[in-house]
Amino acid sequence: MRQEIVKAAPAYTEFHPRWYRAPVSVYWWLGQWRYLKFILRELSSLFVASFVVITLLQVRALRNGPEAYSRFQHWLQSPWMIALNLVSFLFVVFHTITWFNLAPRAMPIWVRGKRLPEFLVAAPNYAIWLVASVVIAWFVLR
Amino acid sequence: MADKIILEVARYSPEQDTKPCFATYEVPVHKEWVVLDALNYIKDKVDGSLTYRWSCRMGICGSCGMMVNGEPKLTCATFLSSYAHNGNKIRVEPLRYFPVVRDLVTELSDFLVKLKKVKPWLIRKDTVPLSQGEFLQTPEQLDYYKQFSMCINCTLCYSACPVVGLDPKFVGPAAIALAQRYNLDSRDQGAVERIAVLAHPEGIWGCTFVGECTKVCPKHVDPAGAIQQYKLNAVLDWLTSFVMPRGHNSQDVKP
Amino acid sequence: MARQSDEAFFWMLFSAGGVIAAILIPVHLFLFGLAFPLGWLPAPDYGRLMSLVHMPLVRVYLFVFCSLPLFHWAHRFRYTLYDGLKVKHLNEVIFALCYGGAVAGTVLAAYLTWTIA
Repeated sequence: MRQEIVKAAPAYTEFHPRWYRAPVSVYWWLGQWRYLKFILRELSSLFVASFVVITLLQVRALRNGPEAYSRFQHWLQSPWMIALNLVSFLFVVFHTITWFNLAPRAMPIWVRGKRLPEFLVAAPNYAIWLVASVVIAWFVLR
Repeated sequence: MADKIILEVARYSPEQDTKPCFATYEVPVHKEWVVLDALNYIKDKVDGSLTYRWSCRMGICGSCGMMVNGEPKLTCATFLSSYAHNGNKIRVEPLRYFPVVRDLVTELSDFLVKLKKVKPWLIRKDTVPLSQGEFLQTPEQLDYYKQFSMCINCTLCYSACPVVGLDPKFVGPAAIALAQRYNLDSRDQGAVERIAVLAHPEGIWGCTFVGECTKVCPKHVDPAGAIQQYKLNAVLDWLTSFVMPRGHNSQDVKP
Repeated sequence: MARQSDEAFFWMLFSAGGVIAAILIPVHLFLFGLAFPLGWLPAPDYGRLMSLVHMPLVRVYLFVFCSLPLFHWAHRFRYTLYDGLKVKHLNEVIFALCYGGAVAGTVLAAYLTWTIA
């Protein structure tokens, strides 16, 4: 059996058909809403990274003293930063929800010969998220 | 419900055409008719040159997969009435991401080569003589891999997966799901032999968990789940390969 | 038998970073990015934050917070470029930029959290 099927289609010969290979457009992900949703999910990582950068700037500002931190806080209040953070927040929450909903597919849990339904595996993740968020908020706001 | 529906069917003749075009046919709509019935009607009564694959017409052989209005479907399981209600036209094309031989027939050798690469059969390290009897398996052990054994090789998942289209060498959802079916089988001892093909950039690591494969699978095999489960296994295997010499089997963890 | 590829390592970092990002980033973003600048909640003052940051545990927390999600981004963005823009032929360049960025961020995070006292 030929192992190199994947290479270019053979030229037309009398006893072999000329296969048609449809080209895959670089805009394949615009073709279906489900593909677009997938790409948006993947692009959420950009907003994760951008907020880490903002946090690094925050730590640096703290390190540089009260005036530097005050300038940092002022910067966060500018309209562009508010807009960025609003969009980032939506994307980051989208990441969280899709992550928790997909995690059970990677970890089937078998209890007494039956597989646990997916929402039961996803639920503890949401619980941890809620508890961690409350604890952090309490630490910061106290 | 309308009594007629329009089918736009992709036609491609390798001797005459350089690329496919669409032919329009008007087909009567009967209550229980599926797209395959419409194609058979066209071939019987309208245009005998229309070429396509089909066999069991009941969703178990996996031959009749085609793109119906841009979604990979088994044409024997896709009812005309769901399109006739909306007054839609039905666009029938060959399965995406495979070379087209003629009309609606795709060239599947690439998939078969990839399937063979993952060694989808029971591999034993020891040979148990027949006199010792059959391998025994409890219902729980069967349930462990049963879902992945339901695959009918219809390749709808390959047509749904964008990575298959973007990287021709990607092993693909069905092949990995079938490899995992054997990895999880209590009778199999060959998980180590499959690692090199699976834990490879063209194996599981090419997958970005789009999840479309699972959505289109007519047998609810969940190949995306199989791939993610194997990724976790591969990580454990990679970690333990630093500690233990090659030959250990972290994938051979079975109930 | 061929040894499996080292992709497993990068996927592991991606997963760990994804979990950290999923659980911790939303609340941080909400508080420091929206609630405090917009005045919905009283912002902690400089002294309060510095007293928090002086705790070694908090500095470790900040280091992990700033490091792992960057590796999550590196892996995911690398594959988005391969699939979304079909630039897999620029493999080495993309790999270097993505993971290089993550490493740079990690080094910066280590330096900042170590020297903040």
